[in-house]
Amino acid sequence: MSKTTPTCWTEFAVEALVRVAGFSAIGFVLLIFLFLLREGVPAFFEIAPGNLFGTRWYPTFDLFGTLPLILGSALITVTAIVIALPLGVATAVFVREVAPGWAREILKPMIEVLAGIPSVVLGFFGMTLIAPLVRQVFGAPTGLTAFTGALILAYMALPTLISVAEDALDAVPRSYRDAALAMGATSWQTIWRVVAPAARSGIVTAVMLGMGRAIGETMAVMMVTGNAARMPVSLDSLFRPVRTMTATIAAEMGEVAAGSTHYHALFGIGIILFVLTFVINLTAASALFQKRRRGGLR
Amino acid sequence: MQEISSRRYVVQRIGFGVLVLAALLVVLPILLVVGAIILKGIGAINWEFLTTMPRDGMKAGGIFPAIVGTLLLTLGAALAAIPFGVGGAIYLSEYARDTWLTRAIRLAIVNLAGIPSVVYGLFGLGLFVLFLRFGTSILAGSLTLAIMTLPIIISTSEEALRAVPMEFRTVSASLGGTRWQGIRNIVLPQALPGIITGVILGLLRAGGETAPILFTVAAFFLPRLPQSPFDQTMALPYHLYVISTQVPGMPLQVQYGTALALLALVLSLNVVATVIRSYFRRRRQW
Repeated sequence: MSKTTPTCWTEFAVEALVRVAGFSAIGFVLLIFLFLLREGVPAFFEIAPGNLFGTRWYPTFDLFGTLPLILGSALITVTAIVIALPLGVATAVFVREVAPGWAREILKPMIEVLAGIPSVVLGFFGMTLIAPLVRQVFGAPTGLTAFTGALILAYMALPTLISVAEDALDAVPRSYRDAALAMGATSWQTIWRVVAPAARSGIVTAVMLGMGRAIGETMAVMMVTGNAARMPVSLDSLFRPVRTMTATIAAEMGEVAAGSTHYHALFGIGIILFVLTFVINLTAASALFQKRRRGGLR
Repeated sequence: MQEISSRRYVVQRIGFGVLVLAALLVVLPILLVVGAIILKGIGAINWEFLTTMPRDGMKAGGIFPAIVGTLLLTLGAALAAIPFGVGGAIYLSEYARDTWLTRAIRLAIVNLAGIPSVVYGLFGLGLFVLFLRFGTSILAGSLTLAIMTLPIIISTSEEALRAVPMEFRTVSASLGGTRWQGIRNIVLPQALPGIITGVILGLLRAGGETAPILFTVAAFFLPRLPQSPFDQTMALPYHLYVISTQVPGMPLQVQYGTALALLALVLSLNVVATVIRSYFRRRRQW
Protein backbone atom coordinates (compact mmCIF):
# COMPACT_ATOMS: atom_id res chain seq x y z
CA MET A 1 0.00 0.00 0.00
CA SER A 2 2.79 2.36 0.91
CA LYS A 3 4.16 1.78 -2.55
CA THR A 4 1.03 2.85 -4.38
CA THR A 5 0.56 6.10 -2.53
CA PRO A 6 3.23 8.10 -4.42
CA THR A 7 1.86 6.76 -7.72
CA CYS A 8 -1.59 7.87 -6.66
CA TRP A 9 -0.25 11.32 -5.97
CA THR A 10 1.48 11.51 -9.34
CA GLU A 11 -1.73 10.38 -11.04
CA PHE A 12 -3.69 13.02 -9.21
CA ALA A 13 -1.16 15.78 -9.87
CA VAL A 14 -0.83 14.96 -13.57
CA GLU A 15 -4.55 14.87 -14.10
CA ALA A 16 -4.92 18.20 -12.32
CA LEU A 17 -2.14 19.75 -14.42
CA VAL A 18 -3.43 18.63 -17.80
CA ARG A 19 -6.93 19.63 -16.75
CA VAL A 20 -5.68 23.13 -16.04
CA ALA A 21 -3.94 23.18 -19.43
CA GLY A 22 -7.16 22.08 -21.13
CA PHE A 23 -9.30 24.67 -19.40
CA SER A 24 -6.71 27.36 -20.08
CA ALA A 25 -8.17 27.59 -23.61
CA ILE A 26 -11.46 28.82 -22.15
CA GLY A 27 -9.51 31.06 -19.79
CA PHE A 28 -7.61 32.71 -22.63
CA VAL A 29 -10.74 33.41 -24.69
CA LEU A 30 -12.34 35.03 -21.62
CA LEU A 31 -9.16 36.94 -20.80
CA ILE A 32 -8.91 38.30 -24.34
CA PHE A 33 -12.54 39.40 -24.31
CA LEU A 34 -12.12 40.93 -20.85
CA PHE A 35 -9.14 43.03 -21.86
CA LEU A 36 -10.80 44.16 -25.09
CA LEU A 37 -13.81 45.25 -23.05
CA ARG A 38 -11.65 46.92 -20.41
CA GLU A 39 -9.85 49.08 -22.94
CA GLY A 40 -12.60 49.38 -25.55
CA VAL A 41 -15.88 49.94 -23.72
CA PRO A 42 -14.97 53.51 -22.66
CA ALA A 43 -15.12 54.38 -26.38
CA PHE A 44 -18.86 53.77 -26.37
CA PHE A 45 -19.25 56.33 -23.56
CA GLU A 46 -16.74 58.89 -24.78
CA ILE A 47 -17.99 59.00 -28.36
CA ALA A 48 -21.59 59.89 -29.17
CA PRO A 49 -23.42 57.06 -30.98
CA GLY A 50 -24.11 59.31 -33.96
CA ASN A 51 -20.37 59.95 -34.32
CA LEU A 52 -19.33 56.34 -33.63
CA PHE A 53 -21.56 54.89 -36.34
CA GLY A 54 -21.15 57.87 -38.63
CA THR A 55 -19.56 57.90 -42.05
CA ARG A 56 -16.36 59.79 -41.32
CA TRP A 57 -13.24 58.40 -39.64
CA TYR A 58 -10.90 61.32 -38.94
CA PRO A 59 -9.51 60.74 -35.44
CA THR A 60 -7.51 63.98 -35.56
CA PHE A 61 -10.81 65.89 -35.72
CA ASP A 62 -12.50 63.62 -33.16
CA LEU A 63 -14.54 61.98 -35.89
CA PHE A 64 -14.74 58.27 -35.15
CA GLY A 65 -17.27 57.00 -37.69
CA THR A 66 -16.65 53.27 -37.97
CA LEU A 67 -19.13 52.71 -40.79
CA PRO A 68 -16.64 53.10 -43.69
CA LEU A 69 -14.27 50.68 -41.95
CA ILE A 70 -16.98 48.08 -41.36
CA LEU A 71 -18.22 48.41 -44.93
CA GLY A 72 -14.63 48.29 -46.21
CA SER A 73 -14.04 45.00 -44.39
CA ALA A 74 -17.37 43.67 -45.64
CA LEU A 75 -16.67 44.69 -49.25
CA ILE A 76 -13.32 42.94 -49.55
CA THR A 77 -14.40 39.91 -47.50
CA VAL A 78 -17.46 39.29 -49.67
CA THR A 79 -15.51 39.86 -52.88
CA ALA A 80 -12.76 37.52 -51.67
CA ILE A 81 -15.30 34.78 -50.95
CA VAL A 82 -16.98 35.28 -54.33
CA ILE A 83 -13.57 34.63 -55.92
CA ALA A 84 -12.47 31.86 -53.56
CA LEU A 85 -15.69 29.84 -53.31
CA PRO A 86 -15.86 28.45 -56.87
CA LEU A 87 -12.08 27.99 -57.03
CA GLY A 88 -11.91 26.29 -53.65
CA VAL A 89 -14.89 23.98 -54.07
CA ALA A 90 -13.84 22.98 -57.58
CA THR A 91 -10.30 22.26 -56.37
CA ALA A 92 -11.62 20.22 -53.44
CA VAL A 93 -13.86 18.21 -55.80
CA PHE A 94 -10.92 17.73 -58.15
CA VAL A 95 -8.61 16.54 -55.37
CA ARG A 96 -11.15 14.21 -53.75
CA GLU A 97 -13.11 12.84 -56.68
CA VAL A 98 -11.25 13.18 -59.95
CA ALA A 99 -7.52 13.75 -59.63
CA PRO A 100 -5.14 10.86 -60.23
CA GLY A 101 -2.79 10.04 -57.37
CA TRP A 102 0.19 11.97 -58.71
CA ALA A 103 -1.84 15.17 -59.14
CA ARG A 104 -3.06 14.89 -55.57
CA GLU A 105 0.54 14.40 -54.37
CA ILE A 106 1.45 17.71 -56.02
CA LEU A 107 -1.67 19.69 -55.11
CA LYS A 108 -1.85 18.93 -51.40
CA PRO A 109 1.67 20.10 -50.48
CA MET A 110 1.28 23.16 -52.72
CA ILE A 111 -1.83 24.20 -50.82
CA GLU A 112 0.05 23.65 -47.55
CA VAL A 113 2.79 25.94 -48.86
CA LEU A 114 0.16 28.60 -49.59
CA ALA A 115 -1.19 28.25 -46.04
CA GLY A 116 2.34 28.71 -44.72
CA ILE A 117 3.30 31.88 -46.61
CA PRO A 118 3.32 34.73 -44.07
CA SER A 119 0.68 37.36 -44.77
CA VAL A 120 3.28 40.12 -44.90
CA VAL A 121 5.05 38.29 -47.75
CA LEU A 122 1.79 38.01 -49.69
CA GLY A 123 1.16 41.69 -48.99
CA PHE A 124 4.61 42.56 -50.28
CA PHE A 125 4.03 40.46 -53.40
CA GLY A 126 0.63 42.12 -53.91
CA MET A 127 2.13 45.59 -53.55
CA THR A 128 5.05 45.11 -55.90
CA LEU A 129 3.59 42.83 -58.59
CA ILE A 130 -0.22 42.59 -58.43
CA ALA A 131 -1.06 46.24 -57.77
CA PRO A 132 0.71 47.57 -60.93
CA LEU A 133 -1.07 44.86 -62.90
CA VAL A 134 -4.49 45.85 -61.51
CA ARG A 135 -3.77 49.48 -62.35
CA GLN A 136 -2.94 48.65 -65.95
CA VAL A 137 -5.73 46.13 -66.57
CA PHE A 138 -8.56 48.15 -65.02
CA GLY A 139 -7.18 51.61 -65.76
CA ALA A 140 -7.56 52.65 -62.13
CA PRO A 141 -5.59 55.67 -60.86
CA THR A 142 -3.87 53.41 -58.34
CA GLY A 143 -3.37 49.67 -58.08
CA LEU A 144 -3.92 49.70 -54.33
CA THR A 145 -7.65 48.96 -54.43
CA ALA A 146 -10.30 46.92 -52.66
CA PHE A 147 -10.15 44.47 -55.55
CA THR A 148 -6.40 43.90 -55.11
CA GLY A 149 -6.99 43.21 -51.43
CA ALA A 150 -9.87 40.85 -52.18
CA LEU A 151 -7.75 38.94 -54.68
CA ILE A 152 -4.94 38.38 -52.15
CA LEU A 153 -7.49 37.56 -49.44
CA ALA A 154 -9.18 35.00 -51.66
CA TYR A 155 -5.93 33.07 -51.92
CA MET A 156 -5.35 33.38 -48.18
CA ALA A 157 -8.81 31.92 -47.51
CA LEU A 158 -8.34 29.10 -50.04
CA PRO A 159 -6.37 26.60 -47.87
CA THR A 160 -9.03 26.71 -45.12
CA LEU A 161 -11.85 26.57 -47.64
CA ILE A 162 -10.36 23.67 -49.59
CA SER A 163 -9.53 21.54 -46.56
CA VAL A 164 -12.97 21.92 -44.94
CA ALA A 165 -14.70 21.32 -48.29
CA GLU A 166 -12.57 18.19 -48.76
CA ASP A 167 -13.67 16.89 -45.37
CA ALA A 168 -17.28 17.54 -46.36
CA LEU A 169 -16.88 15.55 -49.59
CA ASP A 170 -15.10 12.83 -47.66
CA ALA A 171 -18.06 12.50 -45.31
CA VAL A 172 -20.48 11.67 -48.15
CA PRO A 173 -21.08 7.92 -47.79
CA ARG A 174 -19.55 5.70 -50.44
CA SER A 175 -22.93 4.01 -50.97
CA TYR A 176 -24.33 7.26 -52.47
CA ARG A 177 -21.68 7.19 -55.18
CA ASP A 178 -22.07 3.48 -55.77
CA ALA A 179 -25.84 3.82 -56.09
CA ALA A 180 -25.57 6.67 -58.60
CA LEU A 181 -22.96 4.88 -60.69
CA ALA A 182 -24.95 1.64 -60.58
CA MET A 183 -27.95 3.45 -62.03
CA GLY A 184 -25.83 4.42 -65.03
CA ALA A 185 -24.83 7.95 -64.10
CA THR A 186 -21.47 9.18 -65.39
CA SER A 187 -18.81 10.15 -62.83
CA TRP A 188 -19.58 13.78 -63.55
CA GLN A 189 -23.33 13.30 -63.03
CA THR A 190 -22.56 11.54 -59.75
CA ILE A 191 -20.41 14.43 -58.58
CA TRP A 192 -22.75 17.16 -59.78
CA ARG A 193 -26.11 15.67 -58.82
CA VAL A 194 -25.30 13.45 -55.82
CA VAL A 195 -22.01 14.10 -54.07
CA ALA A 196 -21.95 17.92 -54.22
CA PRO A 197 -25.55 18.35 -52.96
CA ALA A 198 -24.89 15.87 -50.15
CA ALA A 199 -21.83 17.83 -49.10
CA ARG A 200 -23.63 21.18 -49.27
CA SER A 201 -23.87 21.88 -45.54
CA GLY A 202 -20.17 21.13 -45.11
CA ILE A 203 -19.35 23.51 -47.93
CA VAL A 204 -21.36 26.25 -46.21
CA THR A 205 -19.19 25.64 -43.12
CA ALA A 206 -16.08 25.93 -45.29
CA VAL A 207 -17.28 29.28 -46.61
CA MET A 208 -17.92 30.56 -43.10
CA LEU A 209 -14.48 29.56 -41.84
CA GLY A 210 -12.88 31.11 -44.92
CA MET A 211 -14.84 34.28 -44.25
CA GLY A 212 -13.73 34.36 -40.62
CA ARG A 213 -10.15 34.12 -41.85
CA ALA A 214 -10.68 36.88 -44.39
CA ILE A 215 -12.31 39.41 -42.04
CA GLY A 216 -9.44 39.13 -39.59
CA GLU A 217 -6.59 39.32 -42.07
CA THR A 218 -4.45 42.35 -41.39
CA MET A 219 -1.01 42.84 -42.92
CA ALA A 220 -1.64 41.81 -46.51
CA VAL A 221 -4.83 43.85 -46.59
CA MET A 222 -3.18 46.89 -45.07
CA MET A 223 -0.37 46.78 -47.63
CA VAL A 224 -2.49 46.46 -50.79
CA THR A 225 -5.81 48.26 -50.23
CA GLY A 226 -4.59 51.86 -50.12
CA ASN A 227 -6.22 52.57 -46.73
CA ALA A 228 -8.50 55.48 -47.63
CA ALA A 229 -11.32 55.63 -45.08
CA ARG A 230 -14.02 56.34 -47.64
CA MET A 231 -17.53 54.97 -47.77
CA PRO A 232 -17.54 52.18 -50.38
CA VAL A 233 -21.02 52.93 -51.70
CA SER A 234 -20.72 53.44 -55.44
CA LEU A 235 -20.28 50.60 -57.89
CA ASP A 236 -16.70 51.43 -58.79
CA SER A 237 -15.54 51.46 -55.16
CA LEU A 238 -14.15 47.98 -55.76
CA PHE A 239 -11.45 49.65 -57.84
CA ARG A 240 -10.75 52.44 -55.39
CA PRO A 241 -8.70 52.41 -52.21
CA VAL A 242 -10.58 51.17 -49.18
CA ARG A 243 -9.79 50.77 -45.50
CA THR A 244 -10.65 47.84 -43.27
CA MET A 245 -11.13 47.55 -39.51
CA THR A 246 -8.00 45.44 -39.08
CA ALA A 247 -5.79 47.80 -41.10
CA THR A 248 -7.06 50.79 -39.10
CA ILE A 249 -6.03 49.18 -35.81
CA ALA A 250 -2.66 48.06 -37.14
CA ALA A 251 -1.84 51.40 -38.75
CA GLU A 252 -2.95 53.72 -35.95
CA MET A 253 -2.37 51.90 -32.66
CA GLY A 254 1.36 52.58 -32.77
CA GLU A 255 0.81 56.34 -32.68
CA VAL A 256 -1.92 56.85 -30.09
CA ALA A 257 -1.46 57.59 -26.40
CA ALA A 258 -2.69 54.82 -24.11
CA GLY A 259 -5.98 55.90 -22.52
CA SER A 260 -6.94 58.50 -25.13
CA THR A 261 -10.30 58.43 -26.91
CA HIS A 262 -8.60 57.33 -30.12
CA TYR A 263 -6.96 54.44 -28.20
CA HIS A 264 -10.33 53.37 -26.77
CA ALA A 265 -11.92 53.65 -30.22
CA LEU A 266 -9.32 51.29 -31.73
CA PHE A 267 -10.00 48.76 -28.96
CA GLY A 268 -13.70 49.29 -29.69
CA ILE A 269 -13.06 48.17 -33.28
CA GLY A 270 -11.22 45.22 -31.76
CA ILE A 271 -14.40 44.31 -29.85
CA ILE A 272 -16.42 44.43 -33.09
CA LEU A 273 -13.87 42.16 -34.80
CA PHE A 274 -13.78 39.75 -31.86
CA VAL A 275 -17.56 39.45 -31.70
CA LEU A 276 -17.87 39.04 -35.50
CA THR A 277 -15.28 36.25 -35.74
CA PHE A 278 -16.61 34.67 -32.53
CA VAL A 279 -20.13 34.38 -33.98
CA ILE A 280 -18.87 33.13 -37.35
CA ASN A 281 -16.59 30.49 -35.82
CA LEU A 282 -19.14 29.41 -33.24
CA THR A 283 -21.73 28.81 -35.96
CA ALA A 284 -19.27 26.98 -38.18
CA ALA A 285 -17.92 24.91 -35.28
CA SER A 286 -21.31 23.84 -34.00
CA ALA A 287 -22.17 22.70 -37.54
CA LEU A 288 -18.94 20.69 -37.61
CA PHE A 289 -19.51 19.12 -34.19
CA GLN A 290 -23.08 18.20 -35.02
CA LYS A 291 -21.96 16.41 -38.16
CA ARG A 292 -19.32 14.50 -36.22
CA ARG A 293 -21.94 13.23 -33.78
CA ARG A 294 -24.16 11.98 -36.56
CA GLY A 295 -21.27 10.13 -38.14
CA GLY A 296 -21.22 12.15 -41.34
CA LEU A 297 -24.69 11.14 -42.48
CA ARG A 298 -27.22 13.77 -43.30
CA MET B 1 -29.38 6.16 -77.32
CA GLN B 2 -25.84 6.40 -78.58
CA GLU B 3 -26.22 10.14 -79.07
CA ILE B 4 -27.57 10.78 -75.57
CA SER B 5 -24.85 8.84 -73.87
CA SER B 6 -22.11 10.49 -75.91
CA ARG B 7 -23.51 13.89 -74.97
CA ARG B 8 -23.27 12.90 -71.33
CA TYR B 9 -19.61 12.16 -71.80
CA VAL B 10 -19.05 15.48 -73.54
CA VAL B 11 -20.59 17.18 -70.50
CA GLN B 12 -18.36 15.11 -68.27
CA ARG B 13 -15.29 16.11 -70.21
CA ILE B 14 -16.23 19.79 -69.99
CA GLY B 15 -16.94 19.41 -66.27
CA PHE B 16 -13.61 17.77 -65.56
CA GLY B 17 -11.92 20.44 -67.69
CA VAL B 18 -13.43 23.15 -65.49
CA LEU B 19 -12.18 21.36 -62.37
CA VAL B 20 -8.65 21.09 -63.78
CA LEU B 21 -8.76 24.76 -64.72
CA ALA B 22 -9.78 25.70 -61.17
CA ALA B 23 -6.99 23.60 -59.68
CA LEU B 24 -4.50 25.27 -62.02
CA LEU B 25 -5.82 28.72 -61.05
CA VAL B 26 -5.15 27.78 -57.43
CA VAL B 27 -1.70 26.31 -57.96
CA LEU B 28 -0.13 28.58 -60.58
CA PRO B 29 -0.30 31.79 -58.48
CA ILE B 30 1.38 29.90 -55.61
CA LEU B 31 4.21 28.93 -57.94
CA LEU B 32 4.30 32.51 -59.21
CA VAL B 33 4.61 34.02 -55.70
CA VAL B 34 7.27 31.61 -54.51
CA GLY B 35 9.11 31.69 -57.84
CA ALA B 36 9.11 35.48 -58.16
CA ILE B 37 10.38 36.00 -54.63
CA ILE B 38 13.12 33.41 -55.05
CA LEU B 39 14.24 34.76 -58.44
CA LYS B 40 14.25 38.42 -57.42
CA GLY B 41 15.53 37.87 -53.91
CA ILE B 42 18.30 35.36 -54.44
CA GLY B 43 20.66 38.07 -55.72
CA ALA B 44 20.50 39.89 -52.39
CA ILE B 45 21.20 36.83 -50.28
CA ASN B 46 24.81 36.39 -49.24
CA TRP B 47 26.70 35.80 -46.03
CA GLU B 48 26.98 39.51 -45.28
CA PHE B 49 23.24 40.08 -45.79
CA LEU B 50 22.36 37.34 -43.31
CA THR B 51 24.95 38.08 -40.63
CA THR B 52 25.52 41.82 -40.37
CA MET B 53 23.63 44.78 -38.94
CA PRO B 54 21.71 47.12 -41.28
CA ARG B 55 23.58 50.24 -42.44
CA ASP B 56 22.65 53.54 -44.16
CA GLY B 57 19.11 53.73 -42.77
CA MET B 58 18.64 50.01 -43.43
CA LYS B 59 19.26 50.49 -47.17
CA ALA B 60 22.47 48.50 -47.01
CA GLY B 61 24.11 45.94 -44.77
CA GLY B 62 22.28 42.92 -43.44
CA ILE B 63 19.18 41.76 -41.64
CA PHE B 64 20.95 39.89 -38.84
CA PRO B 65 19.09 41.50 -35.91
CA ALA B 66 15.73 40.80 -37.56
CA ILE B 67 16.59 37.12 -38.01
CA VAL B 68 17.82 36.84 -34.42
CA GLY B 69 14.69 38.62 -33.18
CA THR B 70 12.36 36.28 -35.04
CA LEU B 71 14.23 33.23 -33.72
CA LEU B 72 14.07 34.58 -30.15
CA LEU B 73 10.36 35.37 -30.40
CA THR B 74 9.58 31.96 -31.87
CA LEU B 75 11.64 30.21 -29.19
CA GLY B 76 9.93 32.21 -26.44
CA ALA B 77 6.51 31.41 -27.88
CA ALA B 78 7.43 27.71 -28.02
CA LEU B 79 8.58 27.64 -24.39
CA ALA B 80 5.31 29.18 -23.25
CA ALA B 81 2.92 27.37 -25.59
CA ILE B 82 4.21 23.78 -25.50
CA PRO B 83 3.33 22.93 -21.87
CA PHE B 84 -0.19 24.35 -22.22
CA GLY B 85 -0.70 22.97 -25.73
CA VAL B 86 0.52 19.42 -25.15
CA GLY B 87 -1.01 19.30 -21.66
CA GLY B 88 -4.36 20.45 -23.02
CA ALA B 89 -4.16 17.87 -25.79
CA ILE B 90 -3.42 15.08 -23.29
CA TYR B 91 -6.38 16.19 -21.21
CA LEU B 92 -8.77 16.27 -24.20
CA SER B 93 -7.60 12.96 -25.65
CA GLU B 94 -6.91 10.86 -22.54
CA TYR B 95 -8.89 12.25 -19.62
CA ALA B 96 -11.85 14.37 -20.70
CA ARG B 97 -15.27 12.81 -20.99
CA ASP B 98 -17.81 14.15 -23.44
CA THR B 99 -19.47 16.68 -21.16
CA TRP B 100 -20.65 20.19 -21.94
CA LEU B 101 -17.47 21.51 -20.32
CA THR B 102 -15.31 19.52 -22.72
CA ARG B 103 -17.39 20.84 -25.60
CA ALA B 104 -16.87 24.34 -24.21
CA ILE B 105 -13.09 23.76 -24.33
CA ARG B 106 -13.36 22.64 -27.97
CA LEU B 107 -15.42 25.70 -28.87
CA ALA B 108 -12.88 27.90 -27.09
CA ILE B 109 -10.08 26.33 -29.15
CA VAL B 110 -11.94 26.91 -32.42
CA ASN B 111 -12.54 30.50 -31.40
CA LEU B 112 -8.94 31.09 -30.33
CA ALA B 113 -7.92 29.86 -33.77
CA GLY B 114 -10.33 32.30 -35.40
CA ILE B 115 -9.47 35.47 -33.48
CA PRO B 116 -7.84 37.97 -35.89
CA SER B 117 -4.10 38.33 -35.41
CA VAL B 118 -4.37 42.08 -34.90
CA VAL B 119 -6.82 41.48 -32.03
CA TYR B 120 -4.14 39.29 -30.41
CA GLY B 121 -1.91 42.31 -30.80
CA LEU B 122 -4.44 44.51 -28.98
CA PHE B 123 -4.78 41.91 -26.24
CA GLY B 124 -1.02 41.62 -25.82
CA LEU B 125 -0.78 45.39 -25.61
CA GLY B 126 -3.56 45.58 -23.03
CA LEU B 127 -2.48 42.68 -20.82
CA PHE B 128 1.28 42.17 -21.14
CA VAL B 129 2.61 45.56 -22.18
CA LEU B 130 0.41 47.87 -20.13
CA PHE B 131 -1.39 45.92 -17.36
CA LEU B 132 1.49 43.63 -16.36
CA ARG B 133 4.03 46.37 -17.21
CA PHE B 134 6.31 44.18 -19.31
CA GLY B 135 6.66 47.12 -21.69
CA THR B 136 7.17 46.52 -25.40
CA SER B 137 9.46 43.55 -24.93
CA ILE B 138 10.40 40.11 -26.18
CA LEU B 139 8.53 38.70 -23.19
CA ALA B 140 5.26 40.46 -24.11
CA GLY B 141 5.61 39.55 -27.80
CA SER B 142 6.46 35.90 -27.15
CA LEU B 143 3.54 35.43 -24.77
CA THR B 144 1.14 37.03 -27.26
CA LEU B 145 2.42 34.73 -30.02
CA ALA B 146 2.23 31.75 -27.63
CA ILE B 147 -1.49 32.22 -27.00
CA MET B 148 -2.03 32.58 -30.74
CA THR B 149 -0.21 29.28 -31.45
CA LEU B 150 -1.98 27.42 -28.64
CA PRO B 151 -5.02 26.25 -30.65
CA ILE B 152 -2.83 24.87 -33.46
CA ILE B 153 -0.64 22.93 -31.02
CA ILE B 154 -3.61 21.59 -29.05
CA SER B 155 -5.58 20.38 -32.04
CA THR B 156 -2.69 18.78 -33.94
CA SER B 157 -1.32 17.13 -30.76
CA GLU B 158 -4.76 15.82 -29.83
CA GLU B 159 -5.11 14.33 -33.30
CA ALA B 160 -1.72 12.62 -32.91
CA LEU B 161 -2.66 11.22 -29.50
CA ARG B 162 -6.02 9.97 -30.71
CA ALA B 163 -4.38 8.19 -33.63
CA VAL B 164 -2.59 5.85 -31.18
CA PRO B 165 -4.75 2.69 -31.10
CA MET B 166 -6.83 2.04 -27.99
CA GLU B 167 -5.20 -1.43 -27.59
CA PHE B 168 -1.91 0.22 -26.58
CA ARG B 169 -3.63 1.76 -23.55
CA THR B 170 -5.54 -1.42 -22.74
CA VAL B 171 -2.39 -3.54 -22.81
CA SER B 172 -0.52 -1.07 -20.63
CA ALA B 173 -3.37 -1.12 -18.11
CA SER B 174 -3.59 -4.92 -18.21
CA LEU B 175 0.10 -5.09 -17.25
CA GLY B 176 -0.71 -3.07 -14.15
CA GLY B 177 0.31 0.36 -15.41
CA THR B 178 -1.58 3.36 -14.16
CA ARG B 179 -3.21 5.74 -16.60
CA TRP B 180 -0.32 8.23 -16.48
CA GLN B 181 2.29 5.46 -16.79
CA GLY B 182 0.48 4.26 -19.90
CA ILE B 183 0.41 7.77 -21.34
CA ARG B 184 4.03 8.56 -20.49
CA ASN B 185 5.60 5.28 -21.56
CA ILE B 186 3.34 4.13 -24.38
CA VAL B 187 1.01 6.75 -25.83
CA LEU B 188 3.23 9.86 -25.77
CA PRO B 189 6.28 8.21 -27.42
CA GLN B 190 4.01 6.85 -30.17
CA ALA B 191 2.37 10.23 -30.71
CA LEU B 192 5.58 12.25 -30.44
CA PRO B 193 6.28 12.67 -34.18
CA GLY B 194 2.75 13.97 -34.68
CA ILE B 195 3.09 16.32 -31.74
CA ILE B 196 6.43 17.64 -33.00
CA THR B 197 4.86 18.25 -36.41
CA GLY B 198 2.05 20.18 -34.74
CA VAL B 199 4.43 22.27 -32.67
CA ILE B 200 6.49 23.13 -35.77
CA LEU B 201 3.35 24.10 -37.69
CA GLY B 202 2.32 26.34 -34.81
CA LEU B 203 5.74 27.96 -34.54
CA LEU B 204 5.91 28.55 -38.27
CA ARG B 205 2.71 30.51 -37.95
CA ALA B 206 4.10 32.46 -34.99
CA GLY B 207 7.39 33.24 -36.73
CA GLY B 208 5.68 34.69 -39.79
CA GLU B 209 3.12 36.85 -38.02
CA THR B 210 3.41 40.61 -37.98
CA ALA B 211 0.19 42.02 -36.52
CA PRO B 212 0.54 40.50 -33.01
CA ILE B 213 4.05 41.91 -32.58
CA LEU B 214 3.33 45.37 -33.98
CA PHE B 215 2.51 46.91 -30.60
CA THR B 216 4.01 44.33 -28.27
CA VAL B 217 7.68 44.02 -29.23
CA ALA B 218 8.69 45.10 -32.72
CA ALA B 219 11.27 47.83 -33.16
CA PHE B 220 11.77 49.82 -36.35
CA PHE B 221 15.53 49.81 -36.00
CA LEU B 222 17.88 48.91 -33.16
CA PRO B 223 21.63 49.45 -33.30
CA ARG B 224 22.35 46.37 -31.18
CA LEU B 225 20.95 42.96 -30.44
CA PRO B 226 18.47 42.56 -27.55
CA GLN B 227 20.16 41.87 -24.21
CA SER B 228 17.26 40.67 -22.05
CA PRO B 229 13.65 39.45 -22.34
CA PHE B 230 12.56 42.97 -21.48
CA ASP B 231 14.22 44.50 -24.53
CA GLN B 232 12.53 45.32 -27.80
CA THR B 233 13.72 43.53 -30.86
CA MET B 234 13.54 43.74 -34.62
CA ALA B 235 11.77 40.85 -36.37
CA LEU B 236 11.82 39.61 -39.96
CA PRO B 237 8.12 40.00 -40.84
CA TYR B 238 7.92 43.45 -39.27
CA HIS B 239 11.19 44.42 -40.95
CA LEU B 240 9.76 43.45 -44.33
CA TYR B 241 6.63 45.49 -43.64
CA VAL B 242 8.67 48.51 -42.60
CA ILE B 243 11.15 48.52 -45.46
CA SER B 244 8.46 47.95 -48.08
CA THR B 245 6.02 50.60 -46.85
CA GLN B 246 7.66 53.10 -44.48
CA VAL B 247 11.12 53.74 -45.90
CA PRO B 248 11.15 55.71 -49.15
CA GLY B 249 13.87 54.87 -51.66
CA MET B 250 14.46 51.40 -50.33
CA PRO B 251 16.34 49.29 -52.91
CA LEU B 252 13.90 46.71 -54.27
CA GLN B 253 16.51 43.99 -54.06
CA VAL B 254 16.88 44.38 -50.29
CA GLN B 255 13.09 44.10 -49.97
CA TYR B 256 12.97 40.94 -52.05
CA GLY B 257 15.97 39.54 -50.18
CA THR B 258 14.20 40.07 -46.84
CA ALA B 259 11.00 38.52 -48.21
CA LEU B 260 13.02 35.52 -49.42
CA ALA B 261 14.77 35.10 -46.06
CA LEU B 262 11.40 35.06 -44.28
CA LEU B 263 9.82 32.75 -46.85
CA ALA B 264 12.80 30.37 -46.72
CA LEU B 265 12.67 30.23 -42.92
CA VAL B 266 8.96 29.45 -42.88
CA LEU B 267 8.95 27.02 -45.80
CA SER B 268 11.97 25.09 -44.54
CA LEU B 269 10.16 24.57 -41.21
CA ASN B 270 7.17 23.46 -43.27
CA VAL B 271 9.30 20.91 -45.10
CA VAL B 272 10.81 19.65 -41.84
CA ALA B 273 7.31 19.10 -40.44
CA THR B 274 6.17 17.26 -43.58
CA VAL B 275 9.28 15.06 -43.60
CA ILE B 276 8.90 14.11 -39.93
CA ARG B 277 5.26 13.28 -40.49
CA SER B 278 5.72 11.10 -43.56
CA TYR B 279 8.88 9.40 -42.21
CA PHE B 280 7.20 8.25 -39.03
CA ARG B 281 3.95 7.43 -40.75
CA ARG B 282 5.80 4.98 -42.99
CA ARG B 283 7.78 3.49 -40.11
CA ARG B 284 5.02 2.92 -37.61
CA GLN B 285 3.57 -0.55 -37.33
CA TRP B 286 -0.10 0.20 -36.67
